[in-house]
Amino acid sequence: MKRYLNFLIFGFFLVLFPLIGFSQTDKPNSFFPNFNISTSDFILIIIFLLIFFLLLFSFGIYKKTAAYFRSRKNQDADKKLENFDLKELETLKKLKSKLNNPSNKIQILLLFLLLSPNLLLAQDEAATREGIFSEYGVIITIILILIPLILSIVYLIVRIRKSLKTYFNKSDQISAQELSTYIKDNIDTFKDEEIDVLKEALSFELPENSISGHLSPKDPHKLITNISTEHYLSFFARKRNPIKRPKIDPKLTSLIMWFLGSAIFWLLVGTTVGEYLGIKFVAPEIDNFSWLSFGRLRPVHTNLVFWAWASLGMLGLGYYVVPTVGNTSIASLKHGWYSLFFINLSHLLGTLSLMAGYNNGGGEYREYVWPIMIFFMIGLSISMVNYYNTIAMRKTKEIYISNWYISSALVFIVIIAVISYLPFWQDGIGETIIQGYYMHQAVGLWFMMFCLGLLYYFLPQQFNKPIYSYSLGILAFWTQILFYTLIGTHHFVFSALPWWLQTVAIVGSVGMLIPVTSGTINFLMTFKGDWTKVSNSYSLPFFLVGVIYYFTGSYQGTAEAFRSTNLIWHFSDFTIAHSHITMYGIISFILFAGIYAIVPRLTGNEPPQLTVGAHFWLALVGLQFYTIPLMIGGTLKGLSWAEGKPFIDSVVLMGPYWLWRAIGGSMMLLSHFFLGYNFYKMLAKKETIDVRERAFNILEKHLIALETEENSKNSVQ
Amino acid sequence: MEIFNNHKRLFITFTVMFLILTLGVAIGPALNNQNNNEPLPNSKPLTKEETAGKLVYISNGCVGCHSQQVRNVEIDKVWGSRPGIAADYARIERTSFLQNTATLMGTERTGPDLTNIGQRQSSDAWHYLHLYNPRIVIPQSIMPRYKWLFEVKDYPEEGDIKVEVPDEYKDFPKNKVLVVTKDGMDLVAYLKSLKQVKLPDGTPDPIFLYKQKQIASNESSNGSTEAPSQTGPDGAQLYAANCQACHQSNGEGLKGAFPPLKGSKIVLDDNPEIMVGIIMKGYDAREEYGVMPAVGTNANLTAEQVAAIMNHEKSSWGNNARKVTADEVKKIMDSLK
Repeated sequence: MKRYLNFLIFGFFLVLFPLIGFSQTDKPNSFFPNFNISTSDFILIIIFLLIFFLLLFSFGIYKKTAAYFRSRKNQDADKKLENFDLKELETLKKLKSKLNNPSNKIQILLLFLLLSPNLLLAQDEAATREGIFSEYGVIITIILILIPLILSIVYLIVRIRKSLKTYFNKSDQISAQELSTYIKDNIDTFKDEEIDVLKEALSFELPENSISGHLSPKDPHKLITNISTEHYLSFFARKRNPIKRPKIDPKLTSLIMWFLGSAIFWLLVGTTVGEYLGIKFVAPEIDNFSWLSFGRLRPVHTNLVFWAWASLGMLGLGYYVVPTVGNTSIASLKHGWYSLFFINLSHLLGTLSLMAGYNNGGGEYREYVWPIMIFFMIGLSISMVNYYNTIAMRKTKEIYISNWYISSALVFIVIIAVISYLPFWQDGIGETIIQGYYMHQAVGLWFMMFCLGLLYYFLPQQFNKPIYSYSLGILAFWTQILFYTLIGTHHFVFSALPWWLQTVAIVGSVGMLIPVTSGTINFLMTFKGDWTKVSNSYSLPFFLVGVIYYFTGSYQGTAEAFRSTNLIWHFSDFTIAHSHITMYGIISFILFAGIYAIVPRLTGNEPPQLTVGAHFWLALVGLQFYTIPLMIGGTLKGLSWAEGKPFIDSVVLMGPYWLWRAIGGSMMLLSHFFLGYNFYKMLAKKETIDVRERAFNILEKHLIALETEENSKNSVQ
Repeated sequence: MEIFNNHKRLFITFTVMFLILTLGVAIGPALNNQNNNEPLPNSKPLTKEETAGKLVYISNGCVGCHSQQVRNVEIDKVWGSRPGIAADYARIERTSFLQNTATLMGTERTGPDLTNIGQRQSSDAWHYLHLYNPRIVIPQSIMPRYKWLFEVKDYPEEGDIKVEVPDEYKDFPKNKVLVVTKDGMDLVAYLKSLKQVKLPDGTPDPIFLYKQKQIASNESSNGSTEAPSQTGPDGAQLYAANCQACHQSNGEGLKGAFPPLKGSKIVLDDNPEIMVGIIMKGYDAREEYGVMPAVGTNANLTAEQVAAIMNHEKSSWGNNARKVTADEVKKIMDSLK
């Protein structure tokens, strides 16, 4: 099985290999350099493959049917008395005396067909510009869209096989009918004496309790008698409660809760701002205050959800994961609190300064001026040293892979921030080169790196089994550093930046397929065999969504980096959709999952399952409503520019898509309020009193009092 | 392996690896470009007002929607006459002690690119109206209003610039006047300073990549002497892209700012000479209206395109004048040079 998988992976990379070579050229290229295969041929090949598989499938059906009919011919064995069992013999005897007619029930067959023809139609509509389908980015996107379509075809085939089986069963029933008529008609050929002898032989049984005896069982460990059961109606799927773990230091718990609490607070503020910005696309005159104008609120939204929510959330979870995987305690709690304070301070000041119109210049995510950013950097550096010291005092010999990812992420972000704020290399176009480096390293080497570290801890912990492959994790680690560092400039393709630097960035983007593919395989193979656990857990569905988006979001990122796709998608809303797929679909979903995975363990309180479900579905469905319209609209916008239509046309064209985005955004925002409520429920002390527990607490106190009394008496004596 | 068990070695390895890569793709190229690019000889440093205006531009986050880069692809040809090069940005240095350099290249185009806006739109009146309420001049616009760059006064004082707001857009008492604040004037000064600089004599412009087939087919039909037919450039579309912001889609212009084309003597004139001249060279003869920039020259319009625009104007909104041919226009354009 494993070798088979290795072949698959090898084959997969073999297919991707030409992409790496061709990503630098401008012309649409073929997968097979020696043959001239256009996209229509490519699609034709896919169709032939599909037909081939359909033929294979029909052949299988034919073979099954033939086998079935062969078995029908071989029915004589059913008519011999020796093959009857006891019940059948009894029926036969009764029948012999009475001769009654049996009745048959008719089964009704229902076929549910699942197909999504919309997907196919959508491609037809987009084909307004010739040659767009021969570009790699577009092809990759189409393949990503085709995956669910093909899965649904597989599902359809499974359904057809099932209904065929039902049909065969039905004809089996008919032959049963025939057999019964045969027996009825030939009832006299079965002799009574023979039946009786067979009956006696088959009905031999030991007398009741001849082995177990009549005494009631002895149950000294109360294994049989003391069973607790729950009696209430269940309106939605019950999730299993997490296994209780040894309690960790309540002081560390309180630090983690403050980290996560402030993260959720900033998430609520940041996404409320984001929602308001989304509304402004549809209703630009909703207000006219300078502090609330679009240009000033946009960086407030991005900085809060990036640097405040995601960073604080990751650090909070890190304060649990880093000591846990080293089997030790955190190096310094006090430094943890300092870190929290400085980070929160920087975001409070940063938000106010941005709204007041004071920012650092044009660079995205670099809008805080350095006197404010420095607090953020101090906070991160304190945590970096704290994590390092914790790893240094670990009780395990090796450093678990999670800590590789987490600690390197902290080192990288500090380096990135320092380099990007130092003024020595930032004049003229140098600023833009650093900007590309900064904005993409922050995403890939801080958020993504840290979250992968969290995944390497949480997935094995949730499944209670090791990660599928440790080595794949290490491969992903080094290749992530190697390729991700190169790709910053792909945000400025075709700009005045050096052409070679753009090419390096595009090649690096293709190289990213290696860490992404190995990471995805690693995570999904860890899921494999334990899919039932996903539906029983309320944190695993979040992890699953995070892993799937890790795959699609990162592949989409590569697809967007090509020169040919940059022509259509760059500067359009497609980029916004992509950043939400990655920062929300990957990072935020992993953080949600982490919060639901550890907070109940730390506080001992479960969140209400209904509102966790609401959070999950609103966030997931909201994200679809957010991203899909923006991707479609962004493509149409790019095509409209390419056709040389007036700019204002592309603004008008985006109207409905922006409306859908606002609707999706509202759902995402609502889901965050559910998260806030769930977090509150997990923190709040239990209101109901367990009478028995309380009674025993009183008794214990009483006992202690008695013992101390006795001790004092003894000491007096 | 040692690295699995030794945190010092692990930390040093990934830090050094990252720093080397950073040096190669960020610091090195940044320093190289910073040191090896001089400002173009024809470019001028920003004046005091323009510098102040750039700060207003930065402070209000205009870069969130407006890029300032012309890429070397055909799609971007509408935003400038040549692709941007590193030297275009060489004059930009650190904004202030607290604020970083701002090339303001941007990563999104929710609004148009502004690299060449000073050339495309040199009319103060247009900019003020547009900033006060973008929907006065472009009804479909979703740009926010920048009301805080304006002030409502009882009467204009000396040095004040009065903005003529059409009655239906007046959201202040009708007996008061709207004047521009210092910030507003600076911002418009900055916007008007945004012009692509010509490369020094003899240096050819970098080419635009990804030429489009559509344009090629237009060029091949150059030879036809017939009046623009179905195959020629779309006049209505060109009008929308180049003229509509001022003269409006109904051709009526805006009172006090932009003259109407509907029923205009110049448009209805059978002799196209003056009209072609205005489109190619700009116009500032009438005091009651704003300045018209040299739209045709700025946008590099071909004779066919100019003819298409003229014919659209001559035949729309009730106008009914003799149509011109591309050849006629070409002759006049040549004589203007």
